Order: sequence, then structure tokens, then C-alpha cells
Amino acid sequence: MSFPLLTATAALPALGAVATAAVPAARRTAAKWLALLVSLATLVLAALVAVRFEPGGDRYQLTESHAWIKDFGVRYELGVDGIGVALIALTALLIPFIVLAGWHDADPQETGSKRWRPTQGFFALILAVEAMVILSFEATDVFLFYIFFEAMLIPMYFLIGGFGDRAHEHGEETASTQRSYAAVKFLLYNLAGGLIMLAAVIGLYVVAGSFSLQEIAEARANGSLQMAATTERWLFLGFFFAFAVKAPLWPLHTWLPNAMGEATAPVAVLITAVVDKVGTFAMLRFCLGLFPEASKWATPVILVLALVSIVYGALLAVGQRDIKRLVAYASISHFGFIVMGIFAMTSQGQSGATLYMVNHGISTAALMLVAGFLISRRGSRLIADYGGVQKVAPVLAGTFLIGGLATLSLPGLAPFVSEFLVLVGTFARYPVIGIIATVGIVLAALYTLVLYQRTMTGPVRPEVSRMPDLRARELAVVAPLIALLILLGVFPKPLTDIVNPAVEHTMSDVQQKDPQPEVEAAK
Amino acid sequence: MENLIALLIAAPLLGAAVLLCGGRRLDAVGHWIGTVLAAASFAVGVVLFTDMLGRSAEERTLTRHLYSWIPVEGFRADVAFHLDQLSMTFVLLISGVGTLIHVYSIGYMEHDERRRRFFGYLNLFLAAMLLLVLADNYLLLYVGWEGVGLASYLLIGFWQHKPSAATAAKKAFLVNRVGDVGLSIAIMLMFTTFGTFAFGPVLAAAGDTGEGKLTAIALMLLLAACGKSAQVPLQSWLGDAMEGPTPVSALIHAATMVTAGVYLIVRSGAIFNAAPDAQLVVTVVGAVTLLFGAVVGCAKDDIKKALAGSTMSQIGYMVLAAGLGPIGYVFAIMHLVTHGFFKAGLFLGAGSVMHGMNDEVDMRRYGGLRKYMPVTFVTFGLGYLAIIGFPGLSGFFSKDKIIEAAFAKGGAEGWILGGAALLGAAITAYYMTRVMLMTFFGEERWRDAPTPSPAESDVEPAAETRGEYTPPHPHESPSSMTIPMIVLAFGSVFAGAFFGIGDRFLHWLEPVTGHAHGHPPVSALTVTLSTVVVLIVGVAIAWAQYGRRPVPAVAPRGSLLTRAARRDLLQDDFNHVVLVRGGEHLTRSLVYVDHTLVDGVVNGTAASVGGLSGRLRKLQNGYARSYAVSMFGGAAVLVAATLLMRAV
Repeated sequence: MSFPLLTATAALPALGAVATAAVPAARRTAAKWLALLVSLATLVLAALVAVRFEPGGDRYQLTESHAWIKDFGVRYELGVDGIGVALIALTALLIPFIVLAGWHDADPQETGSKRWRPTQGFFALILAVEAMVILSFEATDVFLFYIFFEAMLIPMYFLIGGFGDRAHEHGEETASTQRSYAAVKFLLYNLAGGLIMLAAVIGLYVVAGSFSLQEIAEARANGSLQMAATTERWLFLGFFFAFAVKAPLWPLHTWLPNAMGEATAPVAVLITAVVDKVGTFAMLRFCLGLFPEASKWATPVILVLALVSIVYGALLAVGQRDIKRLVAYASISHFGFIVMGIFAMTSQGQSGATLYMVNHGISTAALMLVAGFLISRRGSRLIADYGGVQKVAPVLAGTFLIGGLATLSLPGLAPFVSEFLVLVGTFARYPVIGIIATVGIVLAALYTLVLYQRTMTGPVRPEVSRMPDLRARELAVVAPLIALLILLGVFPKPLTDIVNPAVEHTMSDVQQKDPQPEVEAAK
Repeated sequence: MENLIALLIAAPLLGAAVLLCGGRRLDAVGHWIGTVLAAASFAVGVVLFTDMLGRSAEERTLTRHLYSWIPVEGFRADVAFHLDQLSMTFVLLISGVGTLIHVYSIGYMEHDERRRRFFGYLNLFLAAMLLLVLADNYLLLYVGWEGVGLASYLLIGFWQHKPSAATAAKKAFLVNRVGDVGLSIAIMLMFTTFGTFAFGPVLAAAGDTGEGKLTAIALMLLLAACGKSAQVPLQSWLGDAMEGPTPVSALIHAATMVTAGVYLIVRSGAIFNAAPDAQLVVTVVGAVTLLFGAVVGCAKDDIKKALAGSTMSQIGYMVLAAGLGPIGYVFAIMHLVTHGFFKAGLFLGAGSVMHGMNDEVDMRRYGGLRKYMPVTFVTFGLGYLAIIGFPGLSGFFSKDKIIEAAFAKGGAEGWILGGAALLGAAITAYYMTRVMLMTFFGEERWRDAPTPSPAESDVEPAAETRGEYTPPHPHESPSSMTIPMIVLAFGSVFAGAFFGIGDRFLHWLEPVTGHAHGHPPVSALTVTLSTVVVLIVGVAIAWAQYGRRPVPAVAPRGSLLTRAARRDLLQDDFNHVVLVRGGEHLTRSLVYVDHTLVDGVVNGTAASVGGLSGRLRKLQNGYARSYAVSMFGGAAVLVAATLLMRAV
């Protein structure tokens, strides 16, 4: 038996979480270093997964399969396709930066803090989330996926509710109330989605007699499993609802601005750049893979919801007064693009959507983490409290601008590649929707540049006049992210090579062919 | 030779990277690094140019495929370059004028503590603009297209501590983004129609599809061109862009970047040729803009804004010519090149004047400067004669050809477009004479303290008007600034004759753009004579108003048209009321709706389903953990129950 690489990639951060939590109270710094080292080692394993994966090979590779709950046919079954590899790589890549950016976020504020070893807990929870996210990208057993999909809510809940920004304009009391409201809202929305999905998971088992993605797909392909259209649609809706909450899609999005606003910037990145990606990933793998006919049936409605998300999220971002909420609404707009690309059912749309998941993760991390550095300096999340920062902290302002330019999908940076693919893939099948979505391009420029103008330009406000520029640790977080944004914008081929074959499989799942160009079709 | 193409872009790109990441230790040499790399790019351009001249007209195109950029099933975008006579013309203009402006900036920005960064941005601009004209497909062109937009944004807002500069930069980027949407949609249409967006296959297959599709593509390309080239209705950003340092106005907002729209239309000639309706729209946009810009140019007292109006107007000529199809393409580009010389020269002259006048931009505070700045006066004067089309100088040859081609369009359209172009020439002569007279002739109005304008009487008078006014000491600029001005003046004088006589430029560019001789309803000589007549009329009126009579140091209230023109013919007011105010109301109400309605309805639905709302309140009081546990407990029970049922 070969080395279980996929299990190891998830087990390492899980064990790391336990070890970090067990570090004695007085050794805070050791816990931080331990968490950082574990996350870096996980990155090495994830890189190994990417290297061992053969783009032209089987659909699911590095597979592992063990019986688990024999009576109910639940198996511990792992395997990755190109999309999974890309997202595991993204997750493993971002966690070290999240750890490094949140280095001081969980330092006890004063002696006599009632909280039990908050620092150790903070980093252990981050690693726990990483383990579960990676497992949900790997699971090819529906039930196994469901377990991790739900279980990651618990550490996320504590991360949102337990750790907030150091200074808060309304005082610690209010902040604490708002935090727990945000955390509970996060939990309830996602649990509600999860419960509905659970019903669908069980329904699927009743109908198909198996939880295995591959078995079900084979049975459907060779005709031994017939699903009535109505049944398929109900099951599809059950799955899709959970993923649409997580993604999040309009109108189920309102938990995200609360959660991202109240959480510390690194945790906000964890939510939007990593955890939410499980939702869009699962749409591709489970909704399209298990219920192709129902997916096509629901496409018109989903595309409209995605379009509403794009425009609505962007407009709301324009109207925000809080930096972190602005980024949250921008993310809602971007998730609209991802969902649109998935359900456009073209190769370009789906490849674009997958690249979008990766690129959005990196660009949001860059923007949000710099925003976090800014907020920690001034102790306010309000845009109006800043002004003229570029004069006193030019490197901070410059990196913030690059993060913003990535968010508005400037050509040359990675998000442009994915956004254009999604647009062109959608346009090929649904021209009107594709054209309306381009409104998002203009609005993205508006909210990003307005944010930059109000915070960074103009006369220097007295409150920011002594603001220090980026420190070495902070630069170590931002510089690699920016380098990646440029690299993947100029040379995305390594990523597309991995993703393309997986998208071909998905396209054949839903039995769709790309529309042919008019001129060639005529010939 | 092909391998040198990438070097054209790589040199300034390297400069941008080094200067922007290099930090303070490069402050002392940054401007030299930037200038040398710009010059290196120009030198490579000259090598490629001489090589190109050595080959016959049909074999001049060089292509270089670098690597596969975005390979996705059914979709192919490459990083590949295409150098033909059209891109060669641009390469020489961009890197040549670009290098001159780097040299000029060494002196102009000498006292700016962020000079290194300025040169980094300039190099970034050169790299992006060269990528724009060298790309062999529309998507790569898009990268250059937005890259120059970014450089323009950074440079307009270079003095970011000035709120007006930051606002102007944002406005330029946003208006350009609206145009970029056009480019995006055009590329998407090409993809669904032709299956590709590389120049070669798209332009070769343009005839294979219906006129409707081509008209749509052409109109979307026009929208993109309107944004970048400041054509009506997307022209409003150019005047504000003058907030940037003057070398930027000369290079980006006069000589090169703003002409990218003309490049796009001429490059896509095969599409436009097959879409006559779109071509008509192009000519109308050009004609309207050439008059619009000219009228605005007449009313501005800010020397840079007057020149910006003029830029808009001159690009209107080019767009008009490009819309005429094969009878106009060559002349559009020829005017683009000559305009690059004289407009860059005029802007550098304006910068030189400002440099000697404590950064004053109000022409009513100038006067009689020819004595103090002789070199600036002569070079600016030659640029002036070139732009108004004084016989024998550059503008005369290139503008005359456009007016002739406009008449040659034939029918009523030809008369209207030709008439508009002729009227524009008269107004050009008027406003440029006005600039010339107000700046270099007449009384020395800067000797007296400024009197507050009656319109702004409630404004607190500035420091220098409270008694301690010290008049500026106008002086000639250092040679790093005057030498580029002299070189450009040389081009302003001779380029037109060099290109025009013997149809040199025509033969050079014809293999790429194609050419058809137009037949104007009146003889070419009549057109030329008419341009000279309107030129004299324009100059005479300006002389009567600003030469014979002293210029008031404070602007008179003016007619309704003058006041409207000062406000850019109310375009900004319209934008403000409709887009800015309307947008603010929309987003504010949406924020409210999201907070109360969407959130409320979703929460409410959940509450009515599971009675969650009451529990939510309880949870906030600290029961969340137990709740989460109970939720999972419930889930487990549910699983067990279902599985049990199945077993039964």
C-alpha cells in the first residue's frame, strides 16, 4: 500500500492543532512558531500532492478507500481531481500567511484575562479549520464530506466569536456583543443549510444505496440507477441550498458581512478565501456531478441569483463605511462570478470559476490582510477615520493599492484571467447575462478606488501622522501574495494545466458541449 | 530580429520594477536609470526600424510567439507580438517622445522628493503602451490598454496629497473602465463569432459573418476608443487629468496614450470597413468631439486645460479620419504622429512657463513672457504655428488631408463632416492664438497682486493677496528642459513636409491599413485654400479680442456659451447630478434594504420555520455553545432515525 498522502495532508494540521493547544500557557510564542511550522509543513505536503498528481491521468487520483461504518455503506474514501488539487494548494498556501498575519491578534490583552490560553486556542483553531477544509476537498464519499463540511463550523464559530479587533470604536462591551451576534448568525445560517443538506444526503442514500461519488456516477452512467426527475430536483436543491449559504449567494449572504466585519482580518480571510470555497467547490463536484439534469433545470434561476449577487454585492460595497464590510460585500460580488461561471456550463466558464476560486483567495487575502495591518495601527474600521496614509506609510499604501487592483481584476494580475474566462464562458451561452455582468467590472473599480482615495490620499490626518510603515513580518506576509498575483496573472498555465482535465470531466458529467463559434459552425 | 521585440517592452518594465521596488537607496540615480532604459527601448526601436526599411514592403511584418498565456479548452490567448509598419510607427513615437519627456522630467521634477517613483511610473507607462501596440491579439492588447490606464491613474494622482489630484485620477480610471467594458464585450463577441481574438484570423475572417455582428463589435470597440481617447461622451476625464505633473500631460494625455483609441480603430480596420453604420457613428463622434474640444479650449483660462481641450479636438480629427475608412486611415495616423510632436512640445512649453512662474497656470496672470523665456517662446510658437496648420508646417499637411478626406466621403455626410472639420480649424486657430497672445504678448499682468474674482468674492483671499504679494521672476528653464522642447519643435516644423511630400507616409503605411484615394466634390486646391482662409479668420478674431485690447486679469462673466464652455459644456454637472447623486441614493437605499429587508426576511423565514428568532436572542446571552451541541445532537438523532428506518 502506498503512502496515504491525502490523509497525511489533512492529518498533519489536525495533529498540529492538538499539539498547539497543548502548549503550556506561558509558552505563547512557542505555540505560534509551532503553528507556523505545521502550516508550512502542510504546504510542503500539498505541494507534493500537486506534483504527484498527473493532469492527464485518472479523474480521481491518490485515492484511499477504507470501510468505515459498514452497516450504512459509509466509507473513508479520499481522492482528488485537478480542482481539488488547486484548492488544497490554495488552502495550504494561505494558512501560513494567515498565521503570520495574526501573530499578535490573540495575545492576552491584560494580565488576569479570563480566557483560557487564548493564543494557543487561536492558532489551534486555525489549524483545525485547515484540516477539515482539506478533508472536504478530498472526500469522495458524500457522507464523509458532509461530516467535515459541518464540523468546520465549530472552530470557525469560536474563531469569529472569540477573537476580535484590538481596539473598537464603541468599546469592548459592544464589540463583544456584536461579535457573538456575528458568530451565532454565522453558525445558524450554516447549520440551517447543513441540516437541509443532511436530509438530502440521507435521501440520496435511500435512492442510490451508496454514498460513494464514483459508484453513484457509474450506476447512473450504465443505467442501473434511475432517478425520477422530481426526486433528483429535490435532492439537488437540498445540496445546493447548503452550498449557496456557504458560498454565499444572494439573498443568503447577510451573515458574511457580519462575520467578516467582526472577526480579525486573518480570520476574515480564513472565512472568505478558504472556508467559503468549499461551497463553490461542492457545487461543481456534488451538484453537477450527482444531479446533472437537475443542475441544468435550475440553471436559469441560479444564473439570475448569481447576477444579482454580482451587481448587488458591488453596489453594497460602494455604500459601505467600514473597510472590512466593504471587502465582504466585494467578496459576495466575486462569489456571484464564481457561481455564474460554474453554471454557465462551458469549459471557459468552469475553468474560469475554478481559477477564480484560487485567485480570489489570494487577492482577498492580500487586500484584507493589509487592511488588517492598517486597522490595527489606527484602531478603527471606519473609512472616514483615515486619510493621507500614503504620505506616512507608502509601502503599506502601495501594497493596499495592489491588493485593490487585484480585486478590481486589473489585466496583468491573476484575477483578470479568471474573471475574463468566466465572462466569456457565460457570454458564449447567455449573452445578455454576460453583458449585464460586466457592470460588475465598473463597480469594482468604483468601490476599490474610492476606498483607496478616502483612506490613503489627501491631506494627512493627525491621527495617522505617526503611523509606522509595514514591518518585516507584515511585508513577509504581503510580498509573496503580490508576487503570486503577478505570476498567476502573467503565467497561469501551471494552474490551467491541472484544472482543464477536471473541467472536461465535469462537462461530460452534465453532458454539455461548448457552443461553437459562428463562423466555424457555418463552414 | 524577432527576439528584439520583447526587449522593447522589457527595458522599461525592468526600469519600473527596479525603481518601484528599489527603495530610497536609488533616489540619487533613479531618474538616470529610468531615462537610460527608455532610451534603450528607443534604440532597439531604431534598430528594428532600419531592419524593417531594408526589406520590401510585403515582408516587413515580424511576429514573435513568446508563450501560451491562457490555455483553456476551446480558448486560446497567447503572449505574442506583431510588429508591422503601423506598430513600428507607434513604437518610435512612444519611445522617442517618451525618452525626450524622461529627459525633460529630470529638470522639471528635480525638487520633488518622490522623483524616483515618478520615473518608475513613467517607465511602467512606456512598457504598457508598447505592449498595447505590439500585442498580436485583442486580449493582450487589453493588458496594455489597462496598463496605460493604471500608469495614467498613478501619474494623474502623483501629488496624492492634493484631494483634487486624487479625485481626478479616480475619475480618469472610472471613465476609462466604462470604455473597457466595450473592449471586453467586443472581445467576447469576437470569441463567439470567430472562435479567436487574434488580429490575423479575426481580421481575415471579418467578411465571413453578418454585418449586424460586425457592427456590434465595431461599436463596442468605438466605446473603448471613446474612453481612452477622451471622445464624446466619455471625454470628461481629460480636463481633470491636467492635475498630473506637466510632463505627464505631454506624454500620456497628449502625445501617446490618448491616441490609443485611434490605433484600435485603425488596427481593426477590416471590421469597420465591413460595418458602414458603425463607421458613420465613428465619424459623428469624431466631428462632435473636434468641435466640443475646440469650444472648451476657447473658454479655459488655465493654460493646461486649454491645451487639453485642444488635444480632445485634435484626436477628434483623427477619429473622424479613422471613421472614413481606407480613405482616412493613413491620414489619421499621420496626424497622430505630427500631433504627437507639436502637442507634446506645446505641453512642455506650458510646463516651462509654469516652471518660471511659480506653478501659476492661469493665463490671465501671464503676459509679455516672450522677453523672459526666449527659447520657450520660440519652440512654443513653432508648435502653435504647426497646430493651427500654418502652411508648410506639420499640422498643415496632416490636417489638410483629413479635411479633404472628410469632404470626399461624398453626399450630404461629406459636406457636413467636411464643414465641421473646417469650422474646427477656424476655432483651433482662434483658441491657440488666444493662448499665444495671453501668455507671451501684452502687458505683464503678473506684476500686480491678483484681485479676487467677483464670482468667488466670498472665498478667503490667498496669502499672497493679503498685501505681501511678491511677483514671480520669470526665467528660462534649464537645458534638460529646453533641449527636448527644441527637438520637438524641430519635428513640429518638418515632420509634416517630410511625411506629406511625395506621399512618403502613405507608401509606408499603405501595406497595413490599405488606402483608397478619395475624390472630394471640390478640388483639393479649393480645400487647401479654404483651410488657409479659415485659419486667417480665426487668428484675426483672436487678435481683435486679445491682441489689440489688454486682457483683463480677471475673467469677465462672459456669455452663456462661454460660461457653459468653462464648465466643460455642463457635462460634469450632468454626471454629478445623474450619476454621482443618483448613485449615492441608490447605494444608500440598498444598504438600508440589505440591512432591514433582506436580512430581516431571511431571518424571519428561518424564525417562522424553526422559531429560531427567540432562540437567537437567547443565544446571544451565552447559550451558543450548548445550542451548537444540541444542534449536532439533533443531527445525529436524525441520522440514526433515518438509517434505522432503512434497516427496518
